[in-house]
Formats: sequence, C-alpha cells, structure tokens
Amino acid sequence: MKKLALALALSLSASIANAAEYVIDTKGAHASINFKIQHLGYSWLVGRFNDFSGEFSYEDGEPKMSKVNVTIQTDSIDSNHAERDKHLRGDDFLNVKKFPEAKFVSTTVTDEGDGQMTIIGDLTLHGVTKSISIDAHKIGEGKDPWGGYRAGFAGETKIALKDFNIDYDLGPASTEVELMLHVEGVRQ
Amino acid sequence: MKHTSSGWGWLLITIHWLTALTVFSMFAAGLWMVDLNYYSDWYKTAPHWHKSIGLLLAALTLFRVVWRLVGRRPQKFGSKLEQRVASLAHLFIYLLLFTLFLSGYLISTADGRAIDVFNWFTVPSLGELIDDQEDIAGSIHFYVAWALIGLVSLHALAALKHHFFDKDATLRRMLGQKQTP
Repeated sequence: MKKLALALALSLSASIANAAEYVIDTKGAHASINFKIQHLGYSWLVGRFNDFSGEFSYEDGEPKMSKVNVTIQTDSIDSNHAERDKHLRGDDFLNVKKFPEAKFVSTTVTDEGDGQMTIIGDLTLHGVTKSISIDAHKIGEGKDPWGGYRAGFAGETKIALKDFNIDYDLGPASTEVELMLHVEGVRQ
Repeated sequence: MKHTSSGWGWLLITIHWLTALTVFSMFAAGLWMVDLNYYSDWYKTAPHWHKSIGLLLAALTLFRVVWRLVGRRPQKFGSKLEQRVASLAHLFIYLLLFTLFLSGYLISTADGRAIDVFNWFTVPSLGELIDDQEDIAGSIHFYVAWALIGLVSLHALAALKHHFFDKDATLRRMLGQKQTP
C-alpha cells in the first residue's frame, strides 16, 4: 500500500515535471489574436489585438496543451483605420476605459484525435465572463536555432457580441465575431 | 472693406457671423453624429461634412487673423480691466478654435489617411505623430469644443451687456453700423 502510494506520488510528480511552461512569444511577435466580422453581409472586416500576453503548459510530444491563459489589452485593437478603432474602443463597443483587459483562462482541454483539440475556458470581455470553446490544433514543435524550444498552436472560435453585452447594431449579418488565434510559446 | 478705427469692415463682420453660425452648427452636429446608428443615412455624410467644413473654417480663420492684424481695430469700450479681459477672451477664442481645428485634423489623419474636403480637394495626413493619436486628439477635440461654446456664450452675453447696459456701440458695430462719434 505504501509502495503504491509512493509510486503514484512519483508518477504524479513526474507528469507535472514533464508538463513544461511555455510563454507566448509576443515579444518576438510570433503570436497574433485576429478577428473578423462581416461587413453588412458583403465582406469580411479583419482586425487584431496588438498587445497581449500569456502562457500555456505543454508536454513534449503530446497531442494537446494542458492549459492556457491569455490577457489582452483591449485598447490595442487595430482594424487598420484610426477612426474605426476609436469607435471600437469607445462605449459603443469595447469601452476600453472601463474594461482595459480581456482574459481567457482555460478550464479543460480535450484531445479530439487527429491532432485536433477542444479548449474550453472562460473568456472575460467587456466585463462579462462566459465559457467559450476553441477548436485548436498543434502546428509544430522543436528546437529553435537560438538554443530554445518552441511549440505552436492555432485555434478558432466564434462569439456572439450580445453575449458580452455589446449591442451596437451592425446589422443582422454582423452579430458574431470570429477569432483566429495563433500562438507560439517558448519553453521556460 | 477694411477695418478702421471707426468700424470693423464688412469682410471681418461677415467672417465673424459666418464663424458664429458654423461653430454652433458644428458643435451640435459633432455631438449628434457620434451617436448615429450604423444604418443611418447620415452615418458617413455627417462626419464627411463636419470634417470638410471644419477644414474650410480653419483656412478662413487663418485668413481672418492675418486680415485682422493689418489695419487698426475700432475703439474699445468699458473700463481698462474690462478691455483687458475682453482682449484675453478674444485671444482664447482664437486659441480654442485653432486647437479644435488641429485636434479634429489629427483624429482623422492618425493612420495616414488624408481628409477629403467635399470631394473638392484633399488635405494630406502628417502621419501618426504620437501614440494613441486618435484617442488623445479625440478627447481634446471634445473638451475644447465644450470650452469654446462656454467662452463664446460669455462673449455673447458680454456683447449684450455692452448693448443694453452700457448702451455703447460694441454690438451695433459688429452688425455693420458705422460709429458716429
């Protein structure tokens, strides 16, 4: 019984030791948080958040990461048009003075096979916290040429603006925003 | 046409009242247009006109200042203190106007885009001069607009005071009446 407990404790600590921490490489800009939303139903408007930070846990060779959290500076929204960005930062949309940060904290990550995974977690945006599900997959991992070790993932999700109390009327085709996420982490 | 010691001259009088009309209309339009619904017919037109008129008024005001400095201004009324306060207020109105023109220009040109003035000509951007330019310029534009409206309201009240209490020619002169000594 004692032996079993010891073995269990050892294997637990081993698996914890194996799951390395990765810091998302925002410094080198090998990560981006992009969004797109329909414009009137005729085309896609694409933009991104320039300032964010985060980290994830990942075990070498595993099909999935084990947890991830990201904090976004909402005032860094960039749709390549100053007047529109000003509007998006204002209280019709993100209200960045009141809600300067958006946050995603994963709760569970499920391996879906074929390199696919589902990341479920809480997204806090515009002062509202809601559970969302991100479809993600690993892009690759390995040593970088400068002595480090990196792993990268891509994910996509869709959120409804009104779920986060953003109710400015952009028309019936533009009630949902799609997020396209690309992160590369450097193992610590 | 020119202002002399006895009157403002029709050119400055016209510019003065045209500016007064424009400033109040632009203030109302500015507050109204930022809350427009995305599907409003005015959503694109109102800001386009606001920017166009603002830049034209900037050019007119620049001319006005130059024109005002050539030639002599008519006699001032009231006590020395009143005259000094009035001159200071006039100076501040000009400063607020130019701050308003500049801050408005800096909002729309923060990403390098030019401003089309009524599809007539284009004023190019100077590029992004400071970080968060559109937001900082936007706040300045908003508060300076309110300050200007406050100050010109005082200006108008002072003109009425000259007219009704002091019974001098200050207001009549700005309405084009020649001063009779």
